[in-house]
Amino acid sequence: MIEIHDIHKTFGDNYVLKGISGVFREGMCNLIIGGSGSGKTTLLKCMVGLHEPEQGSVMYDGRDFTRMTFEERIDIRKEIGMLFQSSALFDSMTVEENIMFPLNMFTEMKTKEKKERVNFCLERVNLAGKNKLYPAELSGGMKKRVGIARAISMQPKYLFVDEPNSGLDPKTAIVIDELINELTEEYKITTVVVTHDMNSVMGIGDNIIFLYNGKKEWEGSNKEIAKTDNQQLNDFVFASKFTQAAKDKL
Amino acid sequence: MIFYPLGKYILLLKAVFRKPEKWNIYRKEIFHEMNSIGVGSVWIISIISVFLGMVTTVQTAFQLVSDLIPKSTIGMIVRDSTILELSPTISALVLAGKVGSSVASQIGTMRVTEQIDALEIMGINSPGYLILPKIIAAVVTIPMLVIISIGLSIWGGYLAGTISGAVTANDFIAGTIDGFRGFTLTVSMVKAVVFAFIITSVSAYQGFYTSGGALDVGISSTRAVVVSCIMILFADYLVAQLLL
Repeated sequence: MIEIHDIHKTFGDNYVLKGISGVFREGMCNLIIGGSGSGKTTLLKCMVGLHEPEQGSVMYDGRDFTRMTFEERIDIRKEIGMLFQSSALFDSMTVEENIMFPLNMFTEMKTKEKKERVNFCLERVNLAGKNKLYPAELSGGMKKRVGIARAISMQPKYLFVDEPNSGLDPKTAIVIDELINELTEEYKITTVVVTHDMNSVMGIGDNIIFLYNGKKEWEGSNKEIAKTDNQQLNDFVFASKFTQAAKDKL
Repeated sequence: MIFYPLGKYILLLKAVFRKPEKWNIYRKEIFHEMNSIGVGSVWIISIISVFLGMVTTVQTAFQLVSDLIPKSTIGMIVRDSTILELSPTISALVLAGKVGSSVASQIGTMRVTEQIDALEIMGINSPGYLILPKIIAAVVTIPMLVIISIGLSIWGGYLAGTISGAVTANDFIAGTIDGFRGFTLTVSMVKAVVFAFIITSVSAYQGFYTSGGALDVGISSTRAVVVSCIMILFADYLVAQLLL
């Protein structure tokens, strides 16, 4: 479980996060949603330590991440997997080397064991046999799946996913969502997904935090979202005529 | 104005020299970088060095018009100017363009495509993993390149002198041997090590703090070359002043 308390973050004069608190539960897909510029990616980066919040704390199962030194954070970071919006695969490495990289850095596993782990991760994301390809030879959806394989290679307790469906066709986007959901349930991972994709919200949103102008505007599940009377959330989720019509039928 | 980037540069260097997570992975990276920085630059350094020596000989001969000055002086001047100044400094300036821009654009691209963030999330000290192998590789290989450059430059000078008839082979060789002081080679090597450190660390700094997109990677790369060149010439003066 991850708990955040009163997170504040500014960039110069731009006050991006204005005191956000919340709980992200184990074995669940916890979604952070909001419009562009609402602060959701900044919040995610504050949670993983890529940005330092000016105020507030991030607790990983009771361990205060924000107060830790670089060395102390390493232990928690070994328990974190992250899928980036751009996949962030290392260009100079093959798929196999990308997935093996954290294993090489932090484990004493033998080469055979590491290769077995890589093959297992690749099979898990339906990319068996793609070991020797370079990121430049992969499609957008395949890159995302390799990114997931790399993120789960160290058997993380916490999985962070930034805009998993950006740049993907709707069918591939659903495949990625389902994969994230399956892994979360299977390995009891605390998963935090930043998205503004409505299919993700409705498909895997067990616990949703809606940000508006740097503040937490609403919290609930995908089952509750259709019934909400929060104006900002309704404007965001049911922005199109199609989604509005779908809501009216409910 | 200068203190903020200077402070950031020092803090980056502090992170670079933090204890590596696993030495064997760093060792592999160091050999890879030695191949890229050192072996990959042998041809360009060889070509410019030969021409450098040839030009120095021709221009020195042009200026030595007095019959009172022995022709062997040409060899002496070529030797000393090559060892003390031309080989280390010109090689470093060329390498600032070749290696510096490559280091800055490589690290800058990794920054804008979130690859550095990915390293940090994994718990890896990204400045150490990305920059330390480059600095070590450069500090080891660039002095070797300078030694190659010195040899080829003097050979180029010999070639130009004998072909043009400005100096005989015997006079040139006598000049290069006569009054040779080994300390000039020490100064040359000190310069090479300092320049190697400047090229890689300054360029890596520019790349590491790139923000934005492809355009910004280009800007960082250009800035890396410009700042490295200025710093090389400043350090050149400083080393000369301190050691000579």
